[in-house]
Amino acid sequence: MIPVAFDYVRAGSADEALAALAEHGDEAKLMAGGHSLLPMMKLRLAYPSVVVDIGRLDDLSYVNDAGDHLAIGALTKHRMIETNDLVKEHAPLLAHATGQVGDPQVRHRGTIGGSLAHADAAADHPAALLALGGSVIAKGPNGEREIAGADLFAGFLESSLEPTEMVTEIRIPKHTGKGWSFQKFNRRAQDWAIVGASVQATDDGARVSLVNMHPTPTRAAAVEEALAGGAGAGAADQAHVGMEPSSDLNASVEFRQHLARVLVGRGLAEAGL
Amino acid sequence: MEISVEVNGVTQTSDVEPRTLLVHYVRDVVGLTGTNIGCDTSSCGACTLHVNGEAVKSCTMLAVQADGMSVTTIEGLAPSDDEMHPMQKAFMECHALQCGYCTPGMVMASVSLLDENPSPSEAEVREGLEGNLCRCTGYHNIVKAVLSASGGGQ
Repeated sequence: MIPVAFDYVRAGSADEALAALAEHGDEAKLMAGGHSLLPMMKLRLAYPSVVVDIGRLDDLSYVNDAGDHLAIGALTKHRMIETNDLVKEHAPLLAHATGQVGDPQVRHRGTIGGSLAHADAAADHPAALLALGGSVIAKGPNGEREIAGADLFAGFLESSLEPTEMVTEIRIPKHTGKGWSFQKFNRRAQDWAIVGASVQATDDGARVSLVNMHPTPTRAAAVEEALAGGAGAGAADQAHVGMEPSSDLNASVEFRQHLARVLVGRGLAEAGL
Repeated sequence: MEISVEVNGVTQTSDVEPRTLLVHYVRDVVGLTGTNIGCDTSSCGACTLHVNGEAVKSCTMLAVQADGMSVTTIEGLAPSDDEMHPMQKAFMECHALQCGYCTPGMVMASVSLLDENPSPSEAEVREGLEGNLCRCTGYHNIVKAVLSASGGGQ
């Protein structure tokens, strides 16, 4: 499969990338590792007329200790995050979830910024971002703004980023030493989750999010409320509440609802909640 | 667009369309057909080669993304025409292939796996090869070969 022809622009800096976006508007797409965009272009589900390659912006590939949070460059590859000592210590949920993305070859190329901007409810990173209470920094023609994870996912495969903005950094509050769990159910090792669940214990309770249970990556609000109300392990019974999962060859709606309850239950147990 | 890629130690300069996939570049432009195209959807791993020393699926990378980088294909793995790479030798000795279609990608993924984890457990080998499908062997002999090449599992 070969993508529709496009013009290729290689950005030497974030500002060059933003200038290209400003010039070409929504005809242009940023390509980081290309592991979300290129498959869609090959299937001709996406056909940008301009591809802006930001894959060489090495100054946006880093994991830094920023006091109360980790600052992760948008172009940081999955492999670096899953093996990074800072991430493993302060946000082990993110390190583990990143290690569940695709397979080693995919993790050598794919980036955290690209994965989050793709806003796929079936992907592992968005749920981890929500459970960790993280945010992204978006840079655009009018400067930078911080977008909370909860506000990043606007619709099916749709983020709240403007066509002229790019993600430059991901901020993950430290959760050092706190209970967590990432549960992923699939039939083949490298596949997307049929359903997944992220659980992160916090100072005043827990955040729980679900993979592939709703058109957007989403928090399991009913579970969190039940936990706050003292339901304990029984909170998992609420995992399907408010979710509108799809029905497809892998699973029916009912099976996904069942999986959500089971996986959240396992997640709460593993996180010690 | 003109790109220069070091393929198996030799710098190749070519004019390619931006939409040219790396696997098509390697096979059709450079003429090295050892890298196979399987699923063409980054699932099967048959097209695995190394870019700057790391295993990637060349059906999911543009040739222009590899401009200025170093690519190693299955043809570039052996030290000479008379001598196999230790991983190739281990695959042969452990009978880790039958039809052979997945083999180039499987070998390249296995070499990359040992680069990152020189002494893997059996479980780590199985997990580390999750991105490569084989429909013949049932994987057991492939796992044996990788363990053998690592100096373990004998």
